[in-house]
Amino acid sequence: MSALLEVRKLEVAYGGIKAIKGISFRVDEGEMVTLIGANGAGKSSTLRALSGLVMPVGGTVTYNGKDVTGVPSHALVGLGIALCPEGRGVFARLSVHENLLMGAYARKDKAQILREIDEIYGMIPRLKERTAQLAGTLSGGEQQMLAIGRAMLARPKLLMLDEPSMGLAPLMVEKIFEIINLIAKRGTTVLLIEQNAQLALENANRGYVLESGEITLSGDAKALLADPRVKAAYLGG
Amino acid sequence: MDVLLQQIVNGLVVGSVYALVALGYTMVYGILQLINFAHGEVVMIGALSAVFSSKWMLAMGMGPILALLLATLLSMLICATVGVLIERLAYRPLRNAPRLAPLITAIAMSILLQQIGILVFGRNYFTFPELISKTPLTFGHVTTTPNEIMIFVVSVLLMGGLLWLVHNTKMGAAMRAVAENQKIAGLMGVDINKIIAITFAIGSALGAIAGVMVASNYGQAHYYMGFMLGLKAFTAAVMGGIGNLWGAMVGGLLLGLVENVGLIFVRGDYKDIFAFVVLVVVLIFRPQGLVGERVAERA
Ligand SMILES: Nc1ncnc2c1ncn2[C@@H]1O[C@H](COP(=O)(O)OP(=O)(O)O)[C@@H](O)[C@H]1O
Ligand SMILES: [Mg+2]
Repeated sequence: MSALLEVRKLEVAYGGIKAIKGISFRVDEGEMVTLIGANGAGKSSTLRALSGLVMPVGGTVTYNGKDVTGVPSHALVGLGIALCPEGRGVFARLSVHENLLMGAYARKDKAQILREIDEIYGMIPRLKERTAQLAGTLSGGEQQMLAIGRAMLARPKLLMLDEPSMGLAPLMVEKIFEIINLIAKRGTTVLLIEQNAQLALENANRGYVLESGEITLSGDAKALLADPRVKAAYLGG
Repeated sequence: MDVLLQQIVNGLVVGSVYALVALGYTMVYGILQLINFAHGEVVMIGALSAVFSSKWMLAMGMGPILALLLATLLSMLICATVGVLIERLAYRPLRNAPRLAPLITAIAMSILLQQIGILVFGRNYFTFPELISKTPLTFGHVTTTPNEIMIFVVSVLLMGGLLWLVHNTKMGAAMRAVAENQKIAGLMGVDINKIIAITFAIGSALGAIAGVMVASNYGQAHYYMGFMLGLKAFTAAVMGGIGNLWGAMVGGLLLGLVENVGLIFVRGDYKDIFAFVVLVVVLIFRPQGLVGERVAERA
């Protein structure tokens, strides 16, 4: 297995205060890797740095063998990196269909894009029913599905998800994870950020534990699930 | 009754020009939450450029319609360039600055462009050649001119075209996406700077056309013409709901109507005051504007 994403000594700071203090991790092709941690641990900051939303103050990010440190987000899309951001970030005043089209913004193959949108509608019939509706009128779960579908339309090699389960009812969370697993099974590499450690570790191949901007534990997801330190801190004993 | 009908026709002509200019304010506001006070001066540059280029073209023996067409295109090109340059040089460096900084810069750009207008064109009133006939046409008791009809029809077509562009093209969707959330739009692969530049270019080109219309309607142009026109159009944009395209159009037409119908009741010198009184009244009852939606103040 070759590393699709290799992060070395990454540092992110906000106004001089370091939120990420030199973390290193890797995501291999075809894997689902999760980064778990409490609220404020620095999970979103890590993804922001990986997707060009913030400029890291130190370290390097290598993607597919290329140094992509500090590449602006609009240029990363073309390389095959897509982020499904924290809080979903759908365009509330665009229709469901337009949101999906925005996901394919960097692409030119119109006919294929429409076919893939139909595929997504097949996978998530709720979106098809609401295709002309403004995204802002969707429920939280529907917005999350839309955000994932939109990210997939960029045809990413690497899909990064920031807390897809946040604020959703258990049944909806289950549905969202079904979709994520399907995407992973079809060959997309997934970097999953979650506060819900149980859920994340049950679904991922490997995991990293982030605490106050540092990686304190890492390993096979099943092993982490059984690790007493993880159990004590993140799985409620 | 005849007077009223006549003033409605006059109002629609003036209002359609206000609407075109108001679109420039509202497009920029929608995408940057910035009031581009220099927009009125962009309109002035469009008008004065057309005065000089069309006169030159006529002198070269060109027909008036062709001269009007080419002069307008040239003005659009000049104004689009000026608009893009203003954004690039003055506003972009301040994109993350406190909101007062770009606002003051916008006022400075407005004054700067006026001064450039004086340097390039001079302080005189320049007559705009009659490229489209201004011979009165009478329908019943209403009098208008081919020039006025042209102004109204072209404005309506341009507004329709802009709405179509914004709502039915990939670029339009990108403009709306950037207006809503720049960061997320960037994640989709949208080059935000490019979309903002395009927005300035389109708004300024529409402003150029409005400038040519005003110059042809009043038969003259000069370096200070952008001030009151800009203020009126900005008023129209706010009245309609700034940031909203329909708002700018409704606001512009309404302002033109109110001003001209108001002339029946008040003396001509009070016309400008009347427009702003209406603005205040609208904002008291609908702070978000006539068409605008109520949005939470951004942090
Ligand atoms: N835009 C910001 N400005 C200042 N501090 C921030 C900003 N975003 C996050 N932080 C701080 O960085 C730390 C990590 O935040 P974040 O990456 O959002 O954590 P998580 O996603 O794990 O909850 C927190 O202490 C947070 O307060
Ligand atoms: Mg977070």
